[in-house]
Order: sequence, then structure tokens, then C-alpha cells
Amino acid sequence: MQSIPIEHGLILAGILFVLGLIGVLTRRNIVFVLMSLEIMINASGLAFIVAASRWEHADGQIMFLMILTLAAAEVAVGLGLIIQMYRRYHTVDINVLSQMKG
Amino acid sequence: MQELIWLLPTFPLLGFLSLVLTTGNLPKKVVAAIGAGSIGLSFITAALIAVEFLGSGESHFVLEVWTWMAVGEFSPGFSFYLDGLSLVMMLIITGVGFLIHLYSTGFMLDDPSYSRFFSYMNLFVASMLMLVLADNLVLLYLGWEGVGLCSYLLIGFWYEKPENGYAARKAFITTRVGDTSMAIGLFLLFAQLGTLNIQDMLHAAQTQWAVGSGFAVAASLLLLGGAVGKSAQLPLQTWLPDAMAGPTPISALIHAATMVTAGVYLIARTHILFELAPNVQLLVAWIGLITLLMAGFTAMTQHDIKRILAYSTVSQIGYMFLGLGVGAYSASVFHLMTHAFFKALLFLAAGTVILSLHHEHDIFKMGGKWRQLPIAFASFLIGSLALAAFPFTSGYFSKDEILIAALEMEGPGLVLWLGGVLGAFFTGIYSFRLVFVVFFGESKGHHEEKEVAGFSMATPLIILMVLALFGGWIQIPVDAVFSHGEVHEEHHISGLMHAIMIAVPLLGIGVSYLFFMSKTFSVEKLMANPLAASLHRFWFSGWGMDKLYDLLFVKPFLFLARINKKDLIDAIYGLIVEISRVAHTMLARSQTGQLNWYALSIAGGLVILITLGVLL
Repeated sequence: MQSIPIEHGLILAGILFVLGLIGVLTRRNIVFVLMSLEIMINASGLAFIVAASRWEHADGQIMFLMILTLAAAEVAVGLGLIIQMYRRYHTVDINVLSQMKG
Repeated sequence: MQELIWLLPTFPLLGFLSLVLTTGNLPKKVVAAIGAGSIGLSFITAALIAVEFLGSGESHFVLEVWTWMAVGEFSPGFSFYLDGLSLVMMLIITGVGFLIHLYSTGFMLDDPSYSRFFSYMNLFVASMLMLVLADNLVLLYLGWEGVGLCSYLLIGFWYEKPENGYAARKAFITTRVGDTSMAIGLFLLFAQLGTLNIQDMLHAAQTQWAVGSGFAVAASLLLLGGAVGKSAQLPLQTWLPDAMAGPTPISALIHAATMVTAGVYLIARTHILFELAPNVQLLVAWIGLITLLMAGFTAMTQHDIKRILAYSTVSQIGYMFLGLGVGAYSASVFHLMTHAFFKALLFLAAGTVILSLHHEHDIFKMGGKWRQLPIAFASFLIGSLALAAFPFTSGYFSKDEILIAALEMEGPGLVLWLGGVLGAFFTGIYSFRLVFVVFFGESKGHHEEKEVAGFSMATPLIILMVLALFGGWIQIPVDAVFSHGEVHEEHHISGLMHAIMIAVPLLGIGVSYLFFMSKTFSVEKLMANPLAASLHRFWFSGWGMDKLYDLLFVKPFLFLARINKKDLIDAIYGLIVEISRVAHTMLARSQTGQLNWYALSIAGGLVILITLGVLL
């Protein structure tokens, strides 16, 4: 079977990561920010998988399992915070949370 | 028993701690028991140690308690060194100290700060014992500064009056000048000889430095600076008369009997260093001579009973310096001891007079008090006889020895001797002027007052009277410290010189009698002469030294302080404050509170860091 060259996989991971980053930086809706964060995490997961298949090593896949777990935990906490925020401010606009302004 | 020498400073220190930590909440009886009892215990220990030490016949004894600090090869310890000199000093300090503490339990009874007084006194005795028992110069310096601190605290004991605080600061700052010089001397000694253990240091100096070499001269000059500061000698003598602002027992203990003689002790202790610099040693003699004459002139003009005694103290320490300068160390230490007896007696008696006459200090407002104040009168009579070196009192023997040693010295010996004899003449005049004016003549005011002297105040006076009379027969065991194995040759002084030395103080007493007792001569007539009047004013002001120092140091300092009101140095630190304030406002602006912006900074920072990592 023809294996996918590592460059393709890494370029895809890079594109996904940058898309996620742009989402985090530009979106004002906090739900979208959270989703963009997920995309970034998955991009790094993808990089691990690609690397693991390139080196024929199991470590990368184990790492991906851990990233999945982390991402699930992060989403749980993040969604909980978003619900709290919505209850308190009745909005999901992230710029409302600017009390830390110096 | 000798191993218990560490107990000597420990008792007073414990007394100090217990009095300080209870912050004056103890009843006065307990305070008196702790305050005087701790010194009493020290004295008993000192006496037992002295008996054993003298019985053992050893030349010295060293006890290392623990290492204070260890930096490389430099490790001064809390170690005590006992030899004939420190033995005499510790007995004087604990013995006279105990008598004065006992006196103070009565003298200070009405003072609200009774406990504070005794805590300072105990701290003083502890520091002073540390000073004389130290086996290295660092520990000695600790004691040296400790007694300076206590002197400051006790001069300003009645701090509610601003002038007392001023006198305390004056004493502290003036002695600080000397202490700084002494500290530099210690640095020099350590840098050159590599040790500050006194005996090792002296030995190293003897082997490494030639007689009259530059380092020996510099080191002994710097140490001399410390000694003149502490012992109130020219040019740093101005603080002692003002130090009389403190309670009278303080003047007796600190400013007459013990602390002011620390300079004499220091020079006697390091006399080998001074012998390596003969010119400096000669300077010691000249300083002593000039100081004793100047202070003698001033003492004759003062009105305040305590200031007379203060100037007389300066003058007597001048004699000790004279003795040190001509190489008569044991005579100086002997005079130190007899002076401690009779000057403590005089001060304590002056305290009784002052207390009995409701804090009257001016001797010309007293008069005819010998019936009213019999104990004070007897004390003053005996003390003044000893002070004026009346034959066979204690002061006679010690002063005699110093003057004989001066006479035997080659070169300027005769001049030094003549000056010393002239000083003895003044001593006779001013000491008996005090006796005649206060206790004889017509009574002026204070008719009804009875003598205030309970058991605790009368006992020390009586013991000190005995010591002042017969203290001259005590043999002090310091020959082994000073002789270095040489045998002293017998004095060969002609009978004429002896007769002069006996006659001159008597002549002084006679002159004083003619002026102040029989009124054959009148001071008022003498004052009518304008030259005499202006001389009197000049001497009364202490040779204008205060004014001179005011002009030379205080005024320029105040002037500099005034033109530098905005503080040039502070401006540099102000600049730092300004820079950080600007940086703060700039950075605060970046803290928008917007999550996107933060995320962007994180990502941007990461990119920069990675770029740097890749490029470099």
C-alpha cells in the first residue's frame, strides 16, 4: 500500500493549526473560540499520528490517546465555564469579559 | 574556678534581659535585687577567680567559649583572656560597679523608670567586662561599642528634657569619631598581620615590624584615636562635661570609674604596638599632659558641682595617658584603680548633696553644709584628699609613681614632670575649692534639708572612703604583663624632687584655703582685672573648644545640609522611580482585558522565540 508522504500529513496539520489559531484570535463568540481550540488540539494530534506512522513507532499514537482525553476534559470544563458566563452576562461575546483591563 | 570566667559578663547580661523583657512591670524591690544582685554575683565570682588565678602563679589563662563567626582563616571567638591587667580591670568593674549599683537602688528610688535604669546599667557592666576580658580585638570592639551605646542611653536617661538628648548625642557622635579611627586600625592590623587575637597580633607585630616603621606608626595612631575618643582626651574631650546630664550614679560608674578608662586599658593592652612607634607613644604623653593642664584650668572656674568633677576626671585620665606615654604602664593602671575609688566616691557624694538639696548643682548656692550633710562631707573630704594626692592617701601613691616615671624618662621627661606637678597644684586648688565652698563658709539657702542617705546609699560611700584612703597599699599584679622579663631598676630620685611632689598639692590646697576659706584673697578683686576676667571666661568655656568645633564642623555641616536640602543623591533614585513609572503606564495600556489580544501576544511571542531558536 502506498503510504502518504509525511510532508502532506504535516502540511495538513499545519494548515489546521493555523486555521484554529486564526479562529481563536478573530472570533468573538466564545463557543467558536472553544471550537477553534479543539481544531488546534486535533491538528497537533494529527502531527503525532503522522510522525508515528513515519517512524513506525507506537509512542505517537499513545500520545494522541492522551491528547484526546485532555481535549475531552478541556471541553467539559470549557463548556461549563461558557454556561456560567451565559448565565451571568446573558451573552457569549468574549469582549464583555474585560475586567482585567490594566 | 577559672573556667567559670564566662559567668562574669553572663550574670549582668541575664539581669539586663530579665529587666528588659519584663518591661518595668516588676516591683522595685525585685528590680533592685536583680539589678544589684547580678553585679554582686559577678563580683563574688571575680574575687574567687582572682584568688585562684593569683594562687596558681600562671601568667595568663585563656578560655574559648565558642567561635563567633568563621570566614576563611578569620575566626574570632567568644574567648576570654585573663592576666594581671584584665584581673585588675574586672575586679574594679565588678567591685566599684556593685557599690554604685547598691547606691543606685537608693538614689533612683523615686524615679518612675527604675527598671529601665538598672537594665541599662547591667548591660553596661556586661559590655565593659566583655571589653576587658576579650582575647581578640573584635570581641573587644563589641564591648567597646556596647559601653558606648549604654553611655548614650544613660546620658539621655531623662530624655524628656531636650538638652539631655543633645548631650547624649554629642557624647555618642564624638566618641564615634574615635571609634571609626579604631575600626580602621583593626582593619589595618588584620590586613597586615592576618590575626586579631591580641597576643598573636602583638607577637606578629614585634617580629614583622621594625621600630618606627610606617605600619606600626599608623596602627598605633589609629588605636590612639579610639582611645582619646573613649577616654575624653584632647581633641575629643568635649563630650564628657556635657555627659553629666545623666543621673549621678551613671557619672560615677561610666564617666569616672570605668568606661572612660577603657582608652587607658586599650593602650596598656596593646602597649607593645606603641613601643614599636616611639613617636606615637611620646604623643600619648603630650596629649595626656596638655589635656590634664587644660582640664585643670577649666575645673577651677566651673560652678556646677558635677562639671567640676567631670573636668577633674578628664584631668586625671590625662595623668594616666601621661604615664602610658612615658612607659609607666603599671603606674597608669594603678592610678586607674585609685581614681576609680576616689572619683566614684566623689561622684556618689555629689549625688547625695544634689539629692539632699533638691537638685541644686551650683556650688555657690550651697555653703556651710558640713553639719547638715555629715556623710557627704566626710566623703568629699577624703575623696578630695585622695584626688589632690595628699600624702599616704591612695591618689598620692599612684600619681607619685607616674610623675617619678616621667622624671626618669630621658629627653622631654623634665618638662612632662613639671607639667604634671603644675597639674597637681591645680588639682589641689579645684578639689578643695569645692570642699570649702560647699561645706564651709556661711550657709546660703536650703537650711532645713536633711541628708538623704539610707543604708543602701551610705554603705557604698563608707566602703569607698576606706578604699580611697588605703587603696594605695594594694599591690596590683600587673608586672608580669608589662615587664617582659626585665627587672625594674630602683628609683633614684633625689629627696628634693620628692619634697616638691609632696609640697605642691599642699600648696594648692593652701591657695584654695586663702581664697575660699579665710578670704584673705578675694576672687571678686581678681575678676575686676579685665585680663583675669576674660581668661576666666575662656577657661570656663573649656578653652572655647565647643565654639571651635561648632565653627569647624557643626556650622559647615549644617550649611551643606541646607544647600543640599533637595538631596542630590536622592535625585538618582528619583530617576529610577520615574523610569519604572513610565514603563508601567506603557505596559498597562497593553493589558486590555481582551482574550484575543492575549492569545495574539502568546502566539506572537512564541513565533518570535521559535524564529530566534531556528536562526541562532
